[in-house]
Amino acid sequence: MTSKNKNWEYSPSLEGTGHIKLKKKYDLFINGKWVKSSSKKYFKTINPNDEKLIAEISHANQKDVDLAVNSARKAYDTVWSKMPANERGKYIYRIARIMQERAKELAVIESLDSGKPIREARDIDIPLACNHFFYYAGWADKLDYAFPNRKTKPLGVAGQIIPWNFPLLMAAWKIAPALAAGNTVVLKPAETTSLTALKLAEIIEESGLPAGVVNIITGHGDTGASIVNHPDINKIAFTGSTGVGKIIQKAIAGTDKKATLELGGKSANIIFDDAPLDQAIEGIVNGIFFNQGHVCCAGSRLFVQENIADKVIRKLKHRMKSLVVGNPLDKNTDVGAINSKEQLHIINKYIKLGKKEGAEIYQSECSIPKKGFFCPPTIFTNVAQSSIIVQEEIFGPVLTIQTFRTVDEVIQKANNTPFGLAAGVWTDKGSRIFNLTTKLKAGVVWANTYNKFDPASPFGGYKESGFGREGGMHGLSAYLKLS
Amino acid sequence: MKNQNNFNSLPLSPSVDKVGVEERVSRFQKRSIKTNSKMDGLKMVLNMIDLTTLEGKDTPGKVRQMCYKAIHLHDSFPGLPTVAAVCVYPSMVGLAKSMVKDSGVKVASVSTAFPSGQAPLDVKITDTKYAVDQGADEIDMVISRGKFLAGEYAFVFDEIAQIKEVCGQARLKVILETGELATLDNVRKASDLAIYAGADFIKTSTGKIQPAATMQVTYTMLMAIRDYYDETGIMIGMKPAGGISNSKLALHNLVMVKELLGDDWLTNKWFRFGASSLANDVLMQILKTDTGKYQSSDYFTID
Repeated sequence: MTSKNKNWEYSPSLEGTGHIKLKKKYDLFINGKWVKSSSKKYFKTINPNDEKLIAEISHANQKDVDLAVNSARKAYDTVWSKMPANERGKYIYRIARIMQERAKELAVIESLDSGKPIREARDIDIPLACNHFFYYAGWADKLDYAFPNRKTKPLGVAGQIIPWNFPLLMAAWKIAPALAAGNTVVLKPAETTSLTALKLAEIIEESGLPAGVVNIITGHGDTGASIVNHPDINKIAFTGSTGVGKIIQKAIAGTDKKATLELGGKSANIIFDDAPLDQAIEGIVNGIFFNQGHVCCAGSRLFVQENIADKVIRKLKHRMKSLVVGNPLDKNTDVGAINSKEQLHIINKYIKLGKKEGAEIYQSECSIPKKGFFCPPTIFTNVAQSSIIVQEEIFGPVLTIQTFRTVDEVIQKANNTPFGLAAGVWTDKGSRIFNLTTKLKAGVVWANTYNKFDPASPFGGYKESGFGREGGMHGLSAYLKLS
Repeated sequence: MKNQNNFNSLPLSPSVDKVGVEERVSRFQKRSIKTNSKMDGLKMVLNMIDLTTLEGKDTPGKVRQMCYKAIHLHDSFPGLPTVAAVCVYPSMVGLAKSMVKDSGVKVASVSTAFPSGQAPLDVKITDTKYAVDQGADEIDMVISRGKFLAGEYAFVFDEIAQIKEVCGQARLKVILETGELATLDNVRKASDLAIYAGADFIKTSTGKIQPAATMQVTYTMLMAIRDYYDETGIMIGMKPAGGISNSKLALHNLVMVKELLGDDWLTNKWFRFGASSLANDVLMQILKTDTGKYQSSDYFTID
């Protein structure tokens, strides 16, 4: 008996939100307490899936920043820099453990607020954020071993400004090494995704971390500027756009503030004809459609060896058919919502530009929700280095595909960009991998994989992708004075 | 009909990266299959099972009872499909055929000196011819893994092509015995070889060797089918066999087939499970979906 009826579809499988606790209004976390902003202003944070209000967030002004920096300074001088290192480590471990216990709640809130698929928040963002705390907790009392024969000293107060693409994970990247190295922190999350940072503040409160060691204040660009320009800050750590990175560098020029900037990218993903093709297709998909392409190291420029280009594009289009675009809270969703209306506007502008430039567009034939901010996975063929969509960072699920003939040619083209954050190389030949990793000017080069992160592995860029490294021992040294 | 290819037309198989395959496969396992899609999926699984007994101690009595079960999976729950086929040794084909009659359940027979395949070609041909003459609808042959591992690909290719000729109207499933091939690169190469030599179906394992139908192996074989379809427009069937003993794993396999090959493959014409204990677990899940309670295994028959 052969039965063949309708197509087999996955029923919706929404993650519940009953277990999460959110306040209607959030104030600022300064000196271990929740305080109202002296601006008395609040802004809305919405769910990019349905544009509904989730909560209201405090808009910190200069006075609030002063208060936060002062309490961080006081905590540094009186408690944190004097505490034995192993005690410091214990607090960081405690934060990591509470985060782990609340992982499910954090994942759901992250997905609600940022638009990323619950699968990614649950399996990647939150576990990795916990791991960063665990990893750096271990270093707290071993700094002398991390940098043998050198004396280590914390920098003081670190001002940290983080982006909206990996809200909690970026907070972890910034806070964990800063604390382990003995610094105190003033952190500002991005205005569209403040919620998990505020939940982290609650966790920090619960952990009993001494007041003022971590201060989390919310707001817009002006709040960030007040942090950057504050005279009592010793170090700025920023992840975000290259444009803002340049402003920060100008602002701190001539001061003795240290800085690490992790900025934009237009990373090359390079497929050779001897690559394990089906796995490379997966790498292309992970490279550009992971987190809706809101990834600074997204593999947004695909280079395919010309003799396999047709095959790769055919396979890629087929793979794109099985990507589920939709409600981020559905466990089957692969590509969620674009983080904000503004970002969707930018992406659509580039898609329009691509068509105008004569590139050939292909978009997933998936159903897109009527409400909310969505963009189908998109690829452009028939592009050149000279196309604007190949040169500028789009920060969305948009891939450009170029072909190449020789190894030298692809190295030259991959490096022919103002950016240099990451690259991917797909080949069966070990010697070719090593040849390319030495010649590609990118902070990270992945071989036969893409978008893999680990707390022990440093991350950062060349050229306009920024400077300084986060993660691993490199990330630790960014928060220390070595002598 | 597929044109008989020769060994020289066999394309170079692409390399397979095991780490990448594991990652891809884990994504299929994360698809959430609930409510309607779970019920539909479970019924589909039942309908794709090749209910199997391949033991030295198989007797007419055993085969007769299994054939009855194949048609009457759980009569107290109406609306269930039958399994796809029963799978037996050549000596039991005639009996099985007389049992399943016009129920729609097919009779598959293993052949070619199953499970080792270590016999001369003429013995394999005689073995297959006997099963076909007895009325087998499908032949499950094994490849000569020894020859494959010794690099004698043309030998393996020709053997499959010759058995295909003997099969006549019977559909040919080619068992790669992936547990003995060891690497995914080998699995891919053997899949291409079998397909180009004339297989209607490719099948992972005999069930006698572990590991058998892991999702990594099935994935690799499905990609060979995909590439062949893209090249020629010809569909090839897939049968993972051995090791798929519960509903969840079976559903994950269906997800994989759906996403790699498409809904056209989601019928028992193109996809089968070789299993003996899977059916009862699926039945248990179907009844649970209906009643909300798990019954003990004593409420499901063993034949």
